[in-house]
Amino acid sequence: MIIAVASGKGGTGKTTIATSLALVLASHRSVCFLDCDVEAPNAHLFLEPMLDVRKLAVLPVPQIDQARCQHQGTCAKVCQFNAIAIAGETVLVFPDLCHGCGSCMLNCPAGAIIEQPHRLGILESGRANTGIRFARGVLDIGQPLAVPVIRQLKQWFRPRPDETVIIDAPPGTSCPTVESLQGADYALLVTEPTPFGLHDLRLAYELTRELGLPTGVIINRDGIGDSGTRDFCASVDLPVLLHIPLDRALTEGLAQGVPLVALRPQYTAHLWRVLAMIGHRLRETAC
Amino acid sequence: MLKPGGPAAKQLVILSGKGGSGKTSVCAAFCHLASLSERARAVLIDADVDASNLELVVAPHRVEEHEFSGGQLAVINPALCAGCGICADVCRFEAVLEWESIYTVNPIACEGCAACQTQCPEDAIHMEPQVAGRWFRSDSRYGPLFHAALTPGAENSGKLVALVKQLAGQMAIDNAYPLMIVDGPPGIGCPVIAAVSGADLAVIVAEPTVSGIADMQRILRTVEHFNVSALVCINKADIYTAGREEIEVFCGDKGLAIAGRIPFDLAVPEAMSQGEPITVYEPGGRVSQALHETWEHVLAVLNNTRRSDETD
Repeated sequence: MIIAVASGKGGTGKTTIATSLALVLASHRSVCFLDCDVEAPNAHLFLEPMLDVRKLAVLPVPQIDQARCQHQGTCAKVCQFNAIAIAGETVLVFPDLCHGCGSCMLNCPAGAIIEQPHRLGILESGRANTGIRFARGVLDIGQPLAVPVIRQLKQWFRPRPDETVIIDAPPGTSCPTVESLQGADYALLVTEPTPFGLHDLRLAYELTRELGLPTGVIINRDGIGDSGTRDFCASVDLPVLLHIPLDRALTEGLAQGVPLVALRPQYTAHLWRVLAMIGHRLRETAC
Repeated sequence: MLKPGGPAAKQLVILSGKGGSGKTSVCAAFCHLASLSERARAVLIDADVDASNLELVVAPHRVEEHEFSGGQLAVINPALCAGCGICADVCRFEAVLEWESIYTVNPIACEGCAACQTQCPEDAIHMEPQVAGRWFRSDSRYGPLFHAALTPGAENSGKLVALVKQLAGQMAIDNAYPLMIVDGPPGIGCPVIAAVSGADLAVIVAEPTVSGIADMQRILRTVEHFNVSALVCINKADIYTAGREEIEVFCGDKGLAIAGRIPFDLAVPEAMSQGEPITVYEPGGRVSQALHETWEHVLAVLNNTRRSDETD
């Protein structure tokens, strides 16, 4: 079972929920945790894995053999991302714009293009002493493309058949979130009961529906804001699996990197029930 | 001094790395405070096109609405397809699906690179431009607002950010606005880079939490990478003293000024629920006082930044 924890709005508590779900599961099951928020990866601060295996995330970008190049300009014409420009006799490649699709190489009539790896970030994995197998991607500073780092993280760190997988997804609803949700069985959307939270929950739900993912909601910091989020969930039959009341002492504890279930042990049972409800929902879908 | 009628408006961008650290609440207060003085009249831009929330607190009235066509998708014409499967072989995004020699493209996975189109021996594939979102120009109570909504799941958020910023910049020049205020997206990737590009000053809203500090460091390095100077504003400054001190020491070592320390206060989400910047909702409150001081600091620094196209 693969559960992706996501949200439209940032800072609603995705990592708080994802890491505590993993901790609750780890006392009964084998758990694989993937931090797919490669722009702002923070789950390791709560799960404390020993990150001792590393691999570079790279994109194959074209390199032109100027000696073989016949200057027909086909590469620049076929590139849909403006990553290749022709300046007189020289072919310029802009690696930051390249998507690594290989079309220029396929289409070069002179066979003058080979590919070179261009570093985008780093993949890291290791085990925590709770037994959780953990991996994360870290996008390099100044690199625009998060999606290939997420894709390579998921290809590199494959869950084992007996493992339950928790994915910590990036905020938003654009391509990095989509890449993180691909292959998941269930989307757990964490939101807060404010107009910002509601606005972004609607968008995130639109996305998970389009992806055909069974979806549930956790309302965090319950008590602030208004009833709009709750009303919305009721109106579209989106199950609210848990409410976490606003609690200043809890906020202070999380600020220090202490997991939710360590600060408030009663959430072990609450989150176990959330997992049971998700499992039940998925069994229904399978029937 | 900011000079109306100058060559281009100065760009102030609000960022955080980590989501939910209070970017939009701080930005909405800045938009309100900027509108109170002629020398800081601003064109407002919401560059968080995935989850655009600034409009919820500045009461915009839509003036224009346009489609944003970003990217394209490969479409296979079944009448021409011979079922050879070359498209699936060349696609690096696993976007071509096959079922009993029938090939089709998964629109969510397709990157729009057209490699399959160039290789199809039957010319059975064409590329269709996609509507990836919409952009809007609105009048708000604090100035013109440029904002956008990316279609959930769509690509090219960076291009959409660049587009709204370009349109806003033109409006600022045409109408002699001295300032542009950009509410940035979370993270450090493509849309953030588009939001940072061309900025004169970045205000980094940071929470004093272990996550907030890690993400602040990453966004500061990103901003530095693009040669934009930065100030740090510590939000919810009193939730974790050791975290606040860590930010202060870090910024001290880097020579970065702390523009303000905003206390944790439930009046902030209350203001948001009422659709008001906190400086309007509770003008005499401690959060508003802190934001007034922060804004004065930001404005003073912004007045001293000099655009590369300015001369003595």
